[in-house]
Amino acid sequence: MKISITTPVTRDKARSLKAGDIVEITGVIYTARDAAHKRMLENLDKGIPLPVDLTDNTIYFAGPAPAKPGEAIGSVGPTTSYRMDAYSPRTIELGLTCMIGKGARNKAVTDAMKKYGAVYIGAVGGAGALISECVKSCEVVAYEDLGSEAIHRLEVEAFPGIVIIDSEGNNLYETEPPKYAEK
Amino acid sequence: MREVNVSKITDCIKRLCIDANCSLNDDIYFSLKNSLEGEKSPIGRDILNQIIKNADLARKKCKPICQDTGMAVIFIEIGQDVHITGGSLTDAVNEGVRQGYKDGFLRKSVVGDPLIRVNTGDNTPAVIHYNITEGDKIKIDVAPKGFGSENMSKIYMLKPSDGIEGVKNSVIDCIKKAGPNPCPPMVVGVGIGGNFEKCACLAKKALLRPVGSSSDIPYIADMERELLVRANKLGIGPQGLGGSTTVLGINIEAFATHIAGLPVAVNISCHVTRHRSAVI
Ligand code: SF4
Repeated sequence: MKISITTPVTRDKARSLKAGDIVEITGVIYTARDAAHKRMLENLDKGIPLPVDLTDNTIYFAGPAPAKPGEAIGSVGPTTSYRMDAYSPRTIELGLTCMIGKGARNKAVTDAMKKYGAVYIGAVGGAGALISECVKSCEVVAYEDLGSEAIHRLEVEAFPGIVIIDSEGNNLYETEPPKYAEK
Repeated sequence: MREVNVSKITDCIKRLCIDANCSLNDDIYFSLKNSLEGEKSPIGRDILNQIIKNADLARKKCKPICQDTGMAVIFIEIGQDVHITGGSLTDAVNEGVRQGYKDGFLRKSVVGDPLIRVNTGDNTPAVIHYNITEGDKIKIDVAPKGFGSENMSKIYMLKPSDGIEGVKNSVIDCIKKAGPNPCPPMVVGVGIGGNFEKCACLAKKALLRPVGSSSDIPYIADMERELLVRANKLGIGPQGLGGSTTVLGINIEAFATHIAGLPVAVNISCHVTRHRSAVI
């Protein structure tokens, strides 16, 4: 059964989602990759406020391809999330409740997810054309000079995902592959 | 001497960049379709179906299969009887990449310096490998390569005493450590022999060979088949969420090496392993 999630995702809502839940996300989400994370947090240390309030927000680790004329966005699948491991504990502490990406996360991230209540959702890596179909609008809201790595505000409808790591630390990457491993 | 104007090369590379990024090669496409039947995980089958649907959509709309349209890796074999006219060959290749990535609405993913990290804005420079061969033709292979999988690649400088088991274990080790990160199902290119840089180039070249093809060297072909079976028993599965489709193909290229060494390079690639070629 599919669970519909409407953003913003509260801490309570994030805690209610369990590893293995198949979800469809609707509402506003923001893209950010390595460069945008680095700049956001370095700026914050200098006293420059975040370009987006992270409270109950969702960050999609992604950098879209350019839109063709008449399209909202180009292909936009997830990027590998471990590169954001250096930043996610802090963004979670600052209010982030939902991350969408692909690939493993480290212990510091899962610890922060447990402590504050956040969820990690996997999107299908390499399915960027298909995922772009659920993006209804796309607008650059910060760091335009970073090109594809700028922070984009996306309005999405029924964005498909699966909860990979939940706020209790259950992790599909740890529980599922052993079930299919053969000697 | 046959003369070839650089503008021909630019046009050709532009077209190959767009085609490679928007339409998945048949070998990978059918390998994905075939893997559906054997996939034991229901989530795995669902993911494979989404990946196939994505490839169909990309082809139909002439849109990148994956938003990471990669660094443009270009192999050029130039016949020794060709005379290139009209300007610099390398400039012409980069101009082809520039035009292809702009007109094809492909993502620009290259920073000009690895530490200063400012995007060059046009996906240049490309990584170009030149080779001189016999004849009067130019063969061009364009293989855009995303970094989710590139980052999972490794070089193992083994000892001769590690032997064939050492080679096999290195390949499996690399696939295991890559896990969910390179968007499995993966395609794996392996280079054995040469020296440090030669084995890495061999591994990259191995990715140009279609999935499902075999090495001409019988014992290497056996190793390819054996490693494919072993890799698919790891359980990693589509997107690392468990299953029996972890790797679509393992291609191995070998070369002479030094008496003291046994270098092995494993270039991890993904289900969006792209490649187009042309002969001018
Ligand atoms: S690893 Fe391949 S499929 Fe995944 S994001 Fe990179 S290029 Fe795309």
